[in-house]
Amino acid sequence: MNAIATPQAPPQPPSHEPSYLAVENTVRSWLLTTDHKRIGILYMISITLFFLVGGAAATLMRLNLLTPQGALVTSTTYNKLFTIHGVIMVWFFLIPSVPTVIGNFVLPMMLGARDVAFPRLNLASWYLFIGGGAFALWAIIAGGVDTGWTFYTPYSSTYANGHVIAMATGIFIAGFGSIATGLNFIVTVHKMRAPGLTWHRLPLFVWSMYSTSVILVLATPVLAITLVLMALERAFGIGIFDPAIGGDPLLFQHLFWFYSHPAVYIMILPGMGVVSEIIACFSRKAVFGYYFVAYSSVAIAVLGFVVWGHHMFVSSQSIYAGMVFSILSFLVSIPSAIKVFNWTATLYRGSIWFQTPFLYVLGFIGLFTIGGLTGLFLAALAVDVHLTDTYFVIAHFHYIMVGGMVMAYLGGLHYWWPKISGRMYPELLAKLSALFIFAGFNLTFFPQFILGYLGMPRRYHAYAPEFQVLNVLSTAGASILAIGYFLPLAYFLWSLRYGKVAGPNPWQATGLEWTTESPPPEHNFTVVPIVTEPPYAYDPVAAEEALAAKREQREPAYVR
Amino acid sequence: MSAESPVAHQFEDAAQQREAATLGMWVFLATEVLFFGAMFLGYTVYRLKYPEVFRMASEHTIIVIGTINTGILLLSSFTMVLAVRAAEFKRRMALIAFLSVTALFGIAFLVLKGFEYAHEINEGLFPGSHFQFTEADPYTARMFFYLYFLMTGVHALHVTIGVIMLVIFALRAMLTLKLERLSTAVDLLGLYWHFVDIVWVFLFPLIYLVDRHS
Ligand SMILES: [Cu+2]
Repeated sequence: MNAIATPQAPPQPPSHEPSYLAVENTVRSWLLTTDHKRIGILYMISITLFFLVGGAAATLMRLNLLTPQGALVTSTTYNKLFTIHGVIMVWFFLIPSVPTVIGNFVLPMMLGARDVAFPRLNLASWYLFIGGGAFALWAIIAGGVDTGWTFYTPYSSTYANGHVIAMATGIFIAGFGSIATGLNFIVTVHKMRAPGLTWHRLPLFVWSMYSTSVILVLATPVLAITLVLMALERAFGIGIFDPAIGGDPLLFQHLFWFYSHPAVYIMILPGMGVVSEIIACFSRKAVFGYYFVAYSSVAIAVLGFVVWGHHMFVSSQSIYAGMVFSILSFLVSIPSAIKVFNWTATLYRGSIWFQTPFLYVLGFIGLFTIGGLTGLFLAALAVDVHLTDTYFVIAHFHYIMVGGMVMAYLGGLHYWWPKISGRMYPELLAKLSALFIFAGFNLTFFPQFILGYLGMPRRYHAYAPEFQVLNVLSTAGASILAIGYFLPLAYFLWSLRYGKVAGPNPWQATGLEWTTESPPPEHNFTVVPIVTEPPYAYDPVAAEEALAAKREQREPAYVR
Repeated sequence: MSAESPVAHQFEDAAQQREAATLGMWVFLATEVLFFGAMFLGYTVYRLKYPEVFRMASEHTIIVIGTINTGILLLSSFTMVLAVRAAEFKRRMALIAFLSVTALFGIAFLVLKGFEYAHEINEGLFPGSHFQFTEADPYTARMFFYLYFLMTGVHALHVTIGVIMLVIFALRAMLTLKLERLSTAVDLLGLYWHFVDIVWVFLFPLIYLVDRHS
């Protein structure tokens, strides 16, 4: 009988060293570690805490919107809440999420490397992230910021209340952590690949992390200097953005979105990489059109740099600039659509295995498609004029960011959890929570499309009474979503002690990370793997045959 | 990198380590280009928006110092190349000498720039509360000097970091027994130093030369 999956390299001989988790377990050994796997765990814990902060702000906002008068908080508090939610979720959860947790953990292993190229720089990234996070949290505790996550001038630089400079400092510092991570990954992918691992044998997750890293390195410095200029203007009243002193606020918007639109792709490309890995494994089939999926990541990264003006259609940008940016924004949808079509084609005649990671991926594909298509509505000039600053925009990007990226992050966590912890999570509970998240998410955000289309503006703590029903639905959905998020937190912790022992390759997947032990030894591999196979050497026919044979023998527990 | 072995544990050999370090430096410089790029963009936008006032303001910079400084930095790039070459051929005395000369050029640049800053601050051109400019709209002129001090200041910060690194490397070249390990590091410092030099090559014409009559 043929194997249902051929790994990229033969399984590793048993290592007699302790796993990376067991090497040494002092606080010092964790805080000074240069092991990419431990740094991934450090990031996982920190971004989970930030997610709780950002989620708490969202909860208060949703509760406040239960009634049209906005009975819970004042409008000032509401402004601070959505700023906290935006800043924390964008810079301290979504941007680091897949790259710094899953990327740090599995990228070097996928390359057959012992570590990233610059392990100490990797640790420094985490400290920069924590340092920046400390500033941001201090700004929140000391009284908050009410500018929104976009810090538009001259409001932020002149009129806004609160601790704008502290918040900007936090983002500035964390930004250098991002740059360091991106630099590290680029060099690692170029220089640390195992023998035989050519570019076209790289798992697609590596391609998407590489493209993400290019954006991190090229876009983040622009945000950094823009925030510096804004903060100087606020501190000393001298600058280039405030029209009262001869400046141009549009320049701020150009610079801000030159970073922040590519940042949208920092927040989705890594998720796309996760989807490619999982969909191949759980349909036992090579990803359809490997080259197209790989190079569409690069295309998204490149095109993502030339579409920022679609955030400024109504900011007095010239109509011709608007038309150009509109067309370019339509163009980005091509590589994104290529990915969706290829993932779908991968399913065709696959041998599909409905496990939790796969459920998340199916959720991703559907929700990302809705998010992407509604993005086209917004890229069309005439429609955008109507929909700008309404809940339609909120719903659109939450379908990408939450329906896409958070789904992919959770899917990836479930997929690699056996590798990270050496234990299996409880499958039934995990499936249940995936369903909670999918249902809760849609109930939260689909009504917001309608609200936005009907004209409900974003960023207000009160609204017209006719919008109440849809808002109540949205808040109800958010409660279900919250349950869905707390369940994994609980059962992942539970599984650390009580989960079934996973073994090196519980999914029978092909990547190099699955050829080594779970959890892996400190230097990942006992011998340097020599890659002889393409990335997704799955055989769906053999998988189906194995399935049929097992059924015939009436074996109750069918293990793939 | 541990003290005993010249190759860090994550690398297979010294060649891989050197290539990784070099690529890392190039990627870092790409980040730096975008970092300066945003400021250059801001400067260009307002230079085009207020050509007259920016011209009048720019004539208050001291072109003699700017020109000498350009020459100094170009010469320093030359001595830096000689230092890289000395490190490659393991010639210790030459390495120490060229690193020191490059550092001295860097210090000379900073001292001259300091004189120019002092002169401009005395004339009341620093964009603070004592700013005064009578020939044209003071707000716009102030914007020129804000951008001028910001961009040359950030550049001077980069020069300062470079000088510190040059001094450290010169000391290491005196103290270390094996020069092989220093060779890659000097190479990377060279890349950085040339980058800082090139930034000035763009700053100099944009600030001192464009449309200048006096
Ligand atoms: Cu955008």
